[in-house]
Amino acid sequence: MTSHEPLTGPAGATGSGTSSSGAAGSADPLVEVTDLTVDFGEVRAVDRLSFTLEPGGALGVVGESGSGKSAAAYALLGLHRGTGARVGGSVLVAGTDVNAADERGLRALRGARAAMVFQDPLSSLDPYYPVGDQIAEVYRVHRPVNRRAARARAVEVLDRVGIPDAARRSRLRPHEFSGGMRQRALIAMALACEPRLLVADEPTTALDVTVQAQILDLLHDLRHETGMGLLLVTHDVGVAAESVDDVLVMRRGAEVERGPVARVLGAPREPYTKELLAAVPRLEVRRTASVSAVEGAPLVPAVEDAAPLIEAVDLRRAFGRGSGRVAAVDGVSLTVRAGETLGIVGESGSGKTTLGRMLVRLLDPTSGRLRYRGREIGALPERELRPFRRELQMVFQDPVASLNPRRSVGESVADPLRAAGERDEGRIRDRVGALLERVGLEPAHFERYPHEFSGGQRQRVGIARALAAEPKLIVCDEPVSALDVTTQAQVVALLAELQRELGIGLVFIAHDLAVVRQVSDRVAVMRRGVLVEQGEADAVYEDPRDPYTRQLLAAVPALDPGLAAARRAARRELARA
Amino acid sequence: MSEALLVQEAGAAPAVAPASGARSFWRRLRAQRAASAAALVVLLLVLTALAAPLLTALAGQDPNTYHPDLVDSAAGGVPIGSFGGVSGEHWLGVEPQTGRDLFARIVYGARVSLGVALVATALQIALGLVIGLAAALGSRWLDQLLGRITDINVALPVMVIALALLAIVPAAFPRPVLIALVIGGIGWSGMSKIVRAQALTLKSLDFVAAARLSGRGTWSVARRELLPSLAAPVITYAALAFPTNIIVEAALSFLGVGIKPPTPSWGQMLTEADTWYQAAPTYLLIPAGLLFVTVLALTVLGEGVRTALDPRAASRLRVGTRTGGKEESA
Amino acid sequence: MTGFLLRRLGGAVLVLLALTVVLYAVFYVAPGDVAQIACGPRCSPAQVAQVTEQLRLDDPVYVQYAHFLQGIVAGRDFSTGTGAEHCAMPCLGVSYQSDQQVTQLILAKLPVTGSLVIGAFAGWLVLGVGTGVLSAWRRGRLTERVLTWLTLAGSATPVFVIGLLLIILFCSTLQWLPAPSYVPFTEDPEQWAWGLLLPWTSLALIESAKYARLTRSAMLETLAEDHVRTFRAYGVGERAVIGRHALRGAVAPVIALSALDFGTMFGGAVLTESLFGIPGIGRELVHAVKVVDLPVVVGMVLVTGFFVVLANAVADLLYALADRRVALS
Repeated sequence: MTSHEPLTGPAGATGSGTSSSGAAGSADPLVEVTDLTVDFGEVRAVDRLSFTLEPGGALGVVGESGSGKSAAAYALLGLHRGTGARVGGSVLVAGTDVNAADERGLRALRGARAAMVFQDPLSSLDPYYPVGDQIAEVYRVHRPVNRRAARARAVEVLDRVGIPDAARRSRLRPHEFSGGMRQRALIAMALACEPRLLVADEPTTALDVTVQAQILDLLHDLRHETGMGLLLVTHDVGVAAESVDDVLVMRRGAEVERGPVARVLGAPREPYTKELLAAVPRLEVRRTASVSAVEGAPLVPAVEDAAPLIEAVDLRRAFGRGSGRVAAVDGVSLTVRAGETLGIVGESGSGKTTLGRMLVRLLDPTSGRLRYRGREIGALPERELRPFRRELQMVFQDPVASLNPRRSVGESVADPLRAAGERDEGRIRDRVGALLERVGLEPAHFERYPHEFSGGQRQRVGIARALAAEPKLIVCDEPVSALDVTTQAQVVALLAELQRELGIGLVFIAHDLAVVRQVSDRVAVMRRGVLVEQGEADAVYEDPRDPYTRQLLAAVPALDPGLAAARRAARRELARA
Repeated sequence: MSEALLVQEAGAAPAVAPASGARSFWRRLRAQRAASAAALVVLLLVLTALAAPLLTALAGQDPNTYHPDLVDSAAGGVPIGSFGGVSGEHWLGVEPQTGRDLFARIVYGARVSLGVALVATALQIALGLVIGLAAALGSRWLDQLLGRITDINVALPVMVIALALLAIVPAAFPRPVLIALVIGGIGWSGMSKIVRAQALTLKSLDFVAAARLSGRGTWSVARRELLPSLAAPVITYAALAFPTNIIVEAALSFLGVGIKPPTPSWGQMLTEADTWYQAAPTYLLIPAGLLFVTVLALTVLGEGVRTALDPRAASRLRVGTRTGGKEESA
Repeated sequence: MTGFLLRRLGGAVLVLLALTVVLYAVFYVAPGDVAQIACGPRCSPAQVAQVTEQLRLDDPVYVQYAHFLQGIVAGRDFSTGTGAEHCAMPCLGVSYQSDQQVTQLILAKLPVTGSLVIGAFAGWLVLGVGTGVLSAWRRGRLTERVLTWLTLAGSATPVFVIGLLLIILFCSTLQWLPAPSYVPFTEDPEQWAWGLLLPWTSLALIESAKYARLTRSAMLETLAEDHVRTFRAYGVGERAVIGRHALRGAVAPVIALSALDFGTMFGGAVLTESLFGIPGIGRELVHAVKVVDLPVVVGMVLVTGFFVVLANAVADLLYALADRRVALS
């Protein structure tokens, strides 16, 4: 295989949706991985992995955190070199034996014939240089052109990935770009030298769902236009379903199942794949079917009679001063009753976290009213707020930051008890033990420190701490977004169960529309500090009134490749409208 | 890169440093060979300083007795004998002109050097902690005020202001105490900046929010949740500020405005040695060498402490150790 | 941008004003009998009374302070034994010892200190940043270990020790150089440079250790960042990664430290000047301290404060320009 094979012209008709394997006419596979192993010290991250990718094909590598999927992707470009990791087996990429190649050979491969797109587009670009210069720098490494020609190429590829006014924007620095634009810029960098393989490591994980859809559509179009191969690493089965022909499911460094995407997702053979797919929250599934049916009792009518637990009227919160003052929450009114779950969905920057923190008075509202059981608490000073503090609890997003690393989890859970004046050590231990047991941990975990637990377990500790205060309302701010899908499903189930059992009010804040539908009786959609739509969950999901809600729903990746294609068409329709 | 990968893939290392007990701290410190050697040197110096009266008694000398018979007054006061008058009685020789025992003066000088630096460092830490915490936890108004005060403090270079203050304080005030107060009282801005920044970061973490929600008071939250996490940066800062303070004291004494004779001090011995380096080189080389070894050992130990406390934070304190912009002192 | 500059300037003026209050309080109010100090220990009560009269020490403290401030912003008149003398606009008072105006005194010493600091600054910047870059580039190898120890040794050595050793070695033992002295540049540039060679070297050697540590750690921090991984993954070589991307991360902290050091030392490189006998601001300050010449001491501290505040403002500006991520606020 020649190294400078020209790659021009569309290899397949746009939107054909089928694999363009072998379109380049070469018999050699683009990627051939045989018995790949990657070891970090004692930890084996990748365990004898083998797969091939034909030119122009698209392979999705799917797995939960710790499955070794990123480590495998890094091995394709030899990025483990010089890091202390040991790499075994053989990796052939576009004719280069990656594990055997010298520095020069590797550099000739990287960026030129195989390019990589990383997860976090902000940290993946140098903050100090204009985006166009960075692309030009990479281009000049591989092509003998002058500075001016390289800059022109940079503008060209930026334009290709859909950055409007590319010539001007190429002079901006990364922080002046939005998240989606940054990821487009990284993809432009990857395209600059017309590589034959694009490796994308969680390219949309840091992005909002609507932006994610745009980036996936861009990758889809580029692939069909240029005929390059795509290796997409993702934890999100839906993202894979949208974008690839074949899928490889990984767990603990090894392959679980591999095959055409429709077959693996439609009729999984391995138990782990089945488990994984079952845990993925689905937008289409009504909550009544999944949770309330178990109990048999219709919850909603009873709730409507109850007095509001918390009531926000025209709540507002602004940050900054002078001309830089921005209203993060700009006039929100809502109520939550006992025994009810209100879901709040919104993208990043919508103000949903600010709203959640105001509801439990971790943040003071700038204006508006906040009533708790009929009593105005929006402006109460800390001292007078003390009696209500315990009744309004919160479960936080980041399972690492929400527990003090220097205190045992038992001590953290015991905090509300001690603050309430409990002095009897025996009673505290018993109560904390019972709470830990209630959230699926063991009483013996009292003495352990947060770093000894997994993310899901830490989130359970956080829930136990909230419960220890015997709250009336719990605000959960993205409680499962940092967790793997299987853990996510368990924590969501636990929250739903506790809410029903204790009859408390629950506010569930998340960016993931499918998760919110799983737990919510009512749903509010938030955008730029205001609620654009609020109503019964099924009504909002099945008959959205606001165009933004519709846009959000259309952007959610579907598990079924057929449905994914339909949603892609719907997005195009929305974009045109 | 591999580390980032490990965190991402294996989820091993938490972003917030886990509780590191005293035992694991010692283990990590001992694992560093240079730091262990430095610790040994420091220990030896501290013991020497503590046991100064005992050691000099053992040598049968004291730091203030003149021995005119041991210097050649005809040659201007050069010590008689080789290596500055080394003998069985005078282990390191004698001082030119006065003939005072060098060993005794050096040993007592160590007391002054270490003692002054210790008090000064403690004062810097205490002031920095109080001011930094008040700025981070108090009202916005207080933060602004303390910020201005810190700005003024930064505008006062330690060396210059110490010189100026030493000019006006009555001579009756004990000099070592005065110098420690001056160095400590001026050089707190670095510590306060670090404490403020750390406390603000910690305050924004969710576990502090959770503690507030549990209904505990502000003071209780600060004590239980913030202070333990501040220990690492504070100890590291102290370990790195200590050697710097030794140099400042030596510098002030060298300029002749620090420790006043007859109290011995290494810096002051260097001033006098300036004129004697040809006739009695050991008189210069011994205090200079000791100063170098002490500061080097303390610096290496400080670096070791930093590494042992927080193996991953390679450089958080590098900029912060600028203790009030000491000219040419570090 | 203009708003940022104005705010920064306003802050600087406030800090300086507060500094005058602090200094005034500490030096003129606290230590008791200023007239006795000014006159000298052997003055008779009558002489002291005369000095009190001349310096208007009978006025209330705030009036005295107002005069002091007035001198700085508008100039003031001093009564001497024979008549009145006008002290022009940034008037910092008149020396008790020499009857010279403090402002004139400082202005006369400024080129001396400037010669020393600027030359040394160039030296330590090149040496320090160079060492830092080299040890970041050769990280994990013998070169880095050697450089790390040299840097540690440098930061453990006081400037007066290295200076003494250099004098002994080059001026006495080897006799390669004349004893350090200061000759004005305008008089004889060659003598100026030879005379300052050792002071420059000592100061640069000691200061460069700090810059080497700072540069190295800033570069290593950048090298651990994700964007460096991006460029490696695109076939960019190590030299470009170090020279273009890693070094860029060290620019802002080095600017910040430089400005502070520069400002502080302009107020007198006290130790170096004293050791080498360079008649700059620092040496004058030491002298003034020893003879308790309060107006000179206060004036010099204030000038140093002014330089530090100025340098900090400039550093903030450069920092914001160098690090575009920092909003000008």
